[in-house]
Amino acid sequence: MLEAILNGLGGLIAGFANLELSNVIMILIGFLLLYLGIKKDMEPLLLLPIGFGAIMVNIPLAGLMEPEGFLKTIYDFGIITELFPLLIFIGVGAMTDFGPVLANPYTFLLGAAGQLGIFVTLFMVLSLDSVSGALGLDFLRFSKMEAVTVGIIGACDGPTVIYVASQYARDLLGPVSVAAYSYMSLVPLLQPPIMKALTTKKEREIIMKTSKTDVSKTTKILFPIVITILGGLIAPKGLPLLATIMLGNLLRESGVVPRLAKAAENEIANIVTLLLGITIGATMSGPVFVQPRTLVILALGFIAICLDTVGGVLLGKFLCFITRGKINPLIGAAGISAFPMAARVAQKEGFKYNKKNYLLMHAMGANAGGQIGSVMAAAVMLSVLKGMGII
Amino acid sequence: MDNWTFGFTMLVVGMGGTLLTLAIMSLLMSLLKRIFPYKEEKEGGQK
Repeated sequence: MLEAILNGLGGLIAGFANLELSNVIMILIGFLLLYLGIKKDMEPLLLLPIGFGAIMVNIPLAGLMEPEGFLKTIYDFGIITELFPLLIFIGVGAMTDFGPVLANPYTFLLGAAGQLGIFVTLFMVLSLDSVSGALGLDFLRFSKMEAVTVGIIGACDGPTVIYVASQYARDLLGPVSVAAYSYMSLVPLLQPPIMKALTTKKEREIIMKTSKTDVSKTTKILFPIVITILGGLIAPKGLPLLATIMLGNLLRESGVVPRLAKAAENEIANIVTLLLGITIGATMSGPVFVQPRTLVILALGFIAICLDTVGGVLLGKFLCFITRGKINPLIGAAGISAFPMAARVAQKEGFKYNKKNYLLMHAMGANAGGQIGSVMAAAVMLSVLKGMGII
Repeated sequence: MDNWTFGFTMLVVGMGGTLLTLAIMSLLMSLLKRIFPYKEEKEGGQK
């Protein structure tokens, strides 16, 4: 009987006995994510469930990510099938007004330039892999698809990152998702120094004319349909990403299905965000996450997002040059997917250097272009990979 | 395919493809705006 009592008591301390240092570190990281979300208001919708998921999955013996565990069930249902990021995209489409980019279609180009970080980082990751053998550093080894997944952090777009990672490098899902969402929330801190370094005072002070922002309803309705067909034909492998964001936008702009549009941007997006967050957190188990490789991925993600800003601003400078100073290059920094944060940063920086400067509408165009650009970059990347026979 | 070839191809074709696709989208949207200008539609709506 005493033995039975001791065994029973042993069961109560088994959790503590099996707690590894990596679990403790991840529980602390979970706390940090919760702190950033709750106290610093950094992407709380995502960081709160991710942080809590990270804490849950690092409690030993709970079996949450084992077959039939409750987080594993959600993971298999929504992440492995790529369903969650796509459902989120319907909500994103329903929330986004593409009017500013339609009013100034040239801002699409800034949205493309803002994806530079994806491709340059991919190249950098592969270069690291090539030199890792000579250096004897195994944690710098990345397969081609892992390199693609790390590069995609530069999309600065959570659902796109999750979509690509869940297909091609599930082991990296946790680090790349955390990198994407964390750096997105740090855009107001990351971008201004780069914007300042790449532009002259004279360029930053350029006042842009207020353009007409009115776009006909017909154009707004045709936009998601035309983009889906065109984008799908160019990059069929990425059609799910593009089509879902465009479907959401069609729900919004058609004006005939307000209930569906509201459901997409509220109920569906909210429920999926919650489930997505805790399952991403659930991929952050200590033994998998606490590795030098994770730090490398976080560093590369940081570089990717900085390079996006570089790409956008450089194209902004080029447009400034060819229009003979009519375009303020600062709006190029808004050509990333962090919507509408990046546009606000461009407005704030422009206003800082010239109190008569109101860049917001132009920057919103670039920012909406960045939303499409990030999805299109991922779609193009997947289609090129398919064309090369890699996937 | 070695890493350098793969990385360089992705950089050139990927970035180029993205720029080209969005440039085409930009032209198409400009075209749509011309075909369906805002003013005419507003007037149509008032009729």
